Amino acid sequence: MKKSAIDNSFKWFCFFCAGLIGLLMLGFFIQLSLNSKQVWEVFGWRFLISSEWDPVAEKFGALPSIVGTLSTTLIALLIALPLALAAAMFLVHAAPLIRSVLGHAIDLLAAIPSVIYGMWGLFVLVPFMQNKIQPFLAETLKIHHIPVVGRFLAEDYYNGFGILTGGLILAIMILPYICAILRDVLQMTPPMLREAAYGVGCTRLEAGKDIIIPYGIRGILGGIFVGLGRALGETMAVLFVIGNIMEMPQNAFSGSTTIAATIANCFPEADGLQRSALFALGLILLLMSLFIQILAQSYLRAATAHRGE
Amino acid sequence: MQKKKLFWRKLANHIFRFFSLLAVLLATTAMLVIVTHVIRAGSKALSLNFFLNPSKPYGMPDSGIANALLGSIMITLGAALLATPPAICAGICLSEFRDRPKITAALRFSANVMMGMPSVLVGLFVYTLIVVPSGHFSGLAGSVALAIIMFPVVMRTTEDMLDMVPYALREASLAIGMTRTHTTLRIVCRSARKGLITGILLALARVSGETAPLLFTALFADSWPKDYFSGPTPNMPVLITEYSTNSPFAAMHQAGWGAALVITVLVLTLNIGTRIMFREKRHAT
Repeated sequence: MKKSAIDNSFKWFCFFCAGLIGLLMLGFFIQLSLNSKQVWEVFGWRFLISSEWDPVAEKFGALPSIVGTLSTTLIALLIALPLALAAAMFLVHAAPLIRSVLGHAIDLLAAIPSVIYGMWGLFVLVPFMQNKIQPFLAETLKIHHIPVVGRFLAEDYYNGFGILTGGLILAIMILPYICAILRDVLQMTPPMLREAAYGVGCTRLEAGKDIIIPYGIRGILGGIFVGLGRALGETMAVLFVIGNIMEMPQNAFSGSTTIAATIANCFPEADGLQRSALFALGLILLLMSLFIQILAQSYLRAATAHRGE
Repeated sequence: MQKKKLFWRKLANHIFRFFSLLAVLLATTAMLVIVTHVIRAGSKALSLNFFLNPSKPYGMPDSGIANALLGSIMITLGAALLATPPAICAGICLSEFRDRPKITAALRFSANVMMGMPSVLVGLFVYTLIVVPSGHFSGLAGSVALAIIMFPVVMRTTEDMLDMVPYALREASLAIGMTRTHTTLRIVCRSARKGLITGILLALARVSGETAPLLFTALFADSWPKDYFSGPTPNMPVLITEYSTNSPFAAMHQAGWGAALVITVLVLTLNIGTRIMFREKRHAT
């Protein structure tokens, strides 16, 4: 009798601990909603589409931060995804020694704290962008003279900071994450399938494109979403290089801000309505990353369920 | 005709393989470039005084990072102490008690989702949860923030590690009359011990460089971390941020690089050391 009492209380204690995770998630929602109530009452849905951010006039809008977040994330993904996929394909096929050395190197790249990326971005990447990359893009290639899309890509004025630099540093950061997940997913392809593809005369590219990627597509999507989630919520790396300008960005060279960077930058000095606006931005970020994470997890779970066959 | 087609296919394949190799090289060069730059710029700042003296405002001689290093260690260890016991119990719940599969599946899902929570939001959460009610920033609040980040990571690795313990072991233990509690703690957890320690240490390595949650919780101070429970506590990540963004002085930048080098070396050593020491368990996954 006594034994079962101990067992029961241990079990309930464990359930309680596991329940903490659910409580935490609810807590995030409740806290952000409560603290941002004031802003929703004052601005309503206009908060989402207004691009003003004027603490003196007490006018706040989330649009510049949202646009900055989405555009840096998009740039990061456009750069990182093809590289990560190609690198993962290489790692899957590489000789065991090369695979383990490079695989570990990529794992370590994921372990470097983001503030180091930010600092490196500020002191090395920003001057490099200002002196080399941006003049090349703007003056040599003149990409802002491309019709229609050109004016979103670049302008003649640049100082190294901005969306492009932020996206680039995010790409460097999320590359190892995506690569590690894609590598694991690609390795799950049954060897039999792969060998059968080679057996009928496929080249590596064809086997990869037609057999391995379709087989692991759910896992690949999951990996992409995990990387996307990291890029969305990343604070420090972006904060250092984005320029922290609370205006609608005009093109990829404009200084801008992201939701996470705005919170980190303004929160310590903010009070009253501005603080509430920052909590509202937090709520938007929470919803965005929750959505992405749920997509990521359901795809990854579908991929592992697939493995059981 | 046939030959030409094969030629194009092979060409595409070669281009693809070249691109793959390039991608891998690019990723690893990026790492090498960043790490070598941190080493080059950081090593100039290193000296014995740098490790022994506390940080001081600009212009004072013999400034160092000793207080921030100590504060960071206190905050991170505090986080580990707060997060580890409940996280392991939560992992046990997911792995050992399978009589409510729907609830455990939901909890596992939320843990996975929580692992991707933007860390700046954790900072906001702890700010309203602890800093506002208590009326002051504190190292403890920083620890709580890092603990919240660690919790789902340790929980999930615990579950994965316990899942690898063979069922026969549990059955044997129960058959000789041990209780479920004893079986779980003394047999299952003990045989998965290496994996659990690896999980905890890797989570620790991950949070020790987290900056965003500390900005609103531990803050920073140019003093020794004696107010862990009641006042701003110096720590490495915020020191790096302060020195590199809020200061125009080259000396501060250099100290920032020194701190960056120290934290990178610590995180990578912890990471590599853990992986080497507990290698075979990692490979079993």
